[in-house]
Amino acid sequence: MSSVPSGWRGCLLVILAGFVLLFGLPQVVSLYGVVQMTVFVAMAVFALSQGFIWGFGGIMSFGQSAFFGLGGYVYAVSVINMGDSTIPVLLAIAVPAAFAALLGYFMFFGRISDAYVGVITLTVTIILFNVVNSTSGDFYTIGQAALGGFNGMPNVPPLNVPGYPDAAFGPIDTWYFAMGALILVYILLRGILASRFGRVVVAIRENETRVQLLGYDARVYKLLVFTIGGGVAGLGGCIFTNWGAFISPTIFGLASAAQVLIFVLVGGLGTLVGPVLGAFGIEYLISIIGTQQTLNANLVLGAVLVAFVLLVPQGLVPVVWSGIGRLLPRRFAGTGEQTAEAQS
Amino acid sequence: MKLPVPDATPLLEAKGATMRFGGVVAVNEVDFTLREMELRCLIGPNGAGKSTFFKMLTGQLKPSAGQIRLRGENVTGAEPHHIARRGVGIKTQVPNVFNGLSVYENVFVAAGRRKSRASAKRITEQTLERVRLTGITGRMVGQLAHGQRQWVEIATVLAQEPDLILLDEPAAGMTHDEVLRTAELIREINRAQALIVVEHDMQFIRMIATTVTVFNQGRILVEDHVDRVMANQAVRDVYLGKQAA
Ligand SMILES: Nc1ncnc2c1ncn2[C@@H]1O[C@H](COP(=O)(O)OP(=O)(O)OP(=O)(O)O)[C@@H](O)[C@H]1O
Ligand SMILES: [Mg+2]
Repeated sequence: MSSVPSGWRGCLLVILAGFVLLFGLPQVVSLYGVVQMTVFVAMAVFALSQGFIWGFGGIMSFGQSAFFGLGGYVYAVSVINMGDSTIPVLLAIAVPAAFAALLGYFMFFGRISDAYVGVITLTVTIILFNVVNSTSGDFYTIGQAALGGFNGMPNVPPLNVPGYPDAAFGPIDTWYFAMGALILVYILLRGILASRFGRVVVAIRENETRVQLLGYDARVYKLLVFTIGGGVAGLGGCIFTNWGAFISPTIFGLASAAQVLIFVLVGGLGTLVGPVLGAFGIEYLISIIGTQQTLNANLVLGAVLVAFVLLVPQGLVPVVWSGIGRLLPRRFAGTGEQTAEAQS
Repeated sequence: MKLPVPDATPLLEAKGATMRFGGVVAVNEVDFTLREMELRCLIGPNGAGKSTFFKMLTGQLKPSAGQIRLRGENVTGAEPHHIARRGVGIKTQVPNVFNGLSVYENVFVAAGRRKSRASAKRITEQTLERVRLTGITGRMVGQLAHGQRQWVEIATVLAQEPDLILLDEPAAGMTHDEVLRTAELIREINRAQALIVVEHDMQFIRMIATTVTVFNQGRILVEDHVDRVMANQAVRDVYLGKQAA
């Protein structure tokens, strides 16, 4: 498994494309389309968190939805209580990150094997689902926010201009926020991976024993990666809640946990663009299926996954990338030499 | 290498080191001492416990009993990264390399711990030169031949700049020329660093060894000058005899 040879040129290209989408989309599609794309972006941020910890950190979290959902709920509860959305957004990142740090500490310092990390994270999101699902009634309120059990929390206040609770964001503002956040997260993760810290993270994925024999404490690195992943997922959850002004326990559910894995697998494990495109593509597919009655969405999703795992196991982006590499003359295709240079 | 330690304190000392796997006693009350800058060869038949002993020295296995000291500090049961930070590097019997990273990156990760980027780069380039890998720095390590992968691993160990280097069968899978080059490299490394080398290839041992320790069934059978070890009847019986047969 090699990391895609995305030197700084590939990275700049992706960021450029992100900005074109950020400013271009509201010019060319209807308001409905922009709102639609906003939820795709929320899912893409979620997918980035999964793709980062799994594809680069080698951490098999099958319950990344725990942090996604936590971000959504933390935002909802705190914005209802505070009014101004500024601190709630930060809390929606910080609380899931802290929760990930706590959980990660027990997993990585407790020497839990990789497979059990998958089981534990999955269990955690199912527990959260059940707990939040059973919070109906007046008893379960935090400050002024009623958790609402399986009915969820409707009418969550939208984002606002920091410091001005009355200047609430409209759908287009929310789009700029969401897409801006996605670009920022991408730049942040790219930066981390390009740093020496990031090289060690990838080295741990390749061979944890060797990393430890070189004197690095792999547990600390994994803990940090998992914590960052938790914060990114939380931000995705915050965007998701803003998109519909609504959040319910299904965000913690199995479907949510599985969906993000599919985004990453389809887009390409071990890349960052892959999970983003995977999220966009699958979400688009689901939205098309949703408008007609013949096909069941879950069935199609399942079929897509099976097809990818069997036919394109590396995912879309690595395949397309190496295809381009074969078509272009060698010096443009990013040889190993250049990779080593770019990352050294 | 860094501190002038009085001769009285050995670089490495194992006392009664024992490793049990269920009923199997892989390493049985081994007492072993290595001086600063010493080059020691460790031989013994398959299953004698050589690799297990190395794993105990590097923290990959926690000894069932006994003590391991590095320059007097008790490191028994310490984590591998802790022991590595105390200046121990190992090339394991089954290569532990980063298959999905380039040769350069493999060595760079090893060179870069607690060093500035500039000095990490310098160490990486020097090490690649020293191990003669400069021609293939961009290649993915997973795609290299076995002998080259061995050298990449040796390069990572060197780039780590340890005071004690453990090499578990460094010449395995190498061509004759590569074996010669490895022997030469080991002698060169020994000008500044201590080594323990496990090898089955007796010709190779003769090229590098002065003192040889022979393991058999988890215990030290003999420890002596290479010439006397090769002439020793007990050693011939358990090991050399088998190979000649
Ligand atoms: N993890 C383990 N669990 C159980 N038994 C083990 C384990 N590791 C090693 N052993 C046993 O311990 C004994 C010593 O093995 P070890 O690998 O240390 O031998 P060695 O001297 O390195 O042999 P070789 O020359 O073949 O590499 C063997 O009998 C082996 O089967
Ligand atoms: Mg062995």
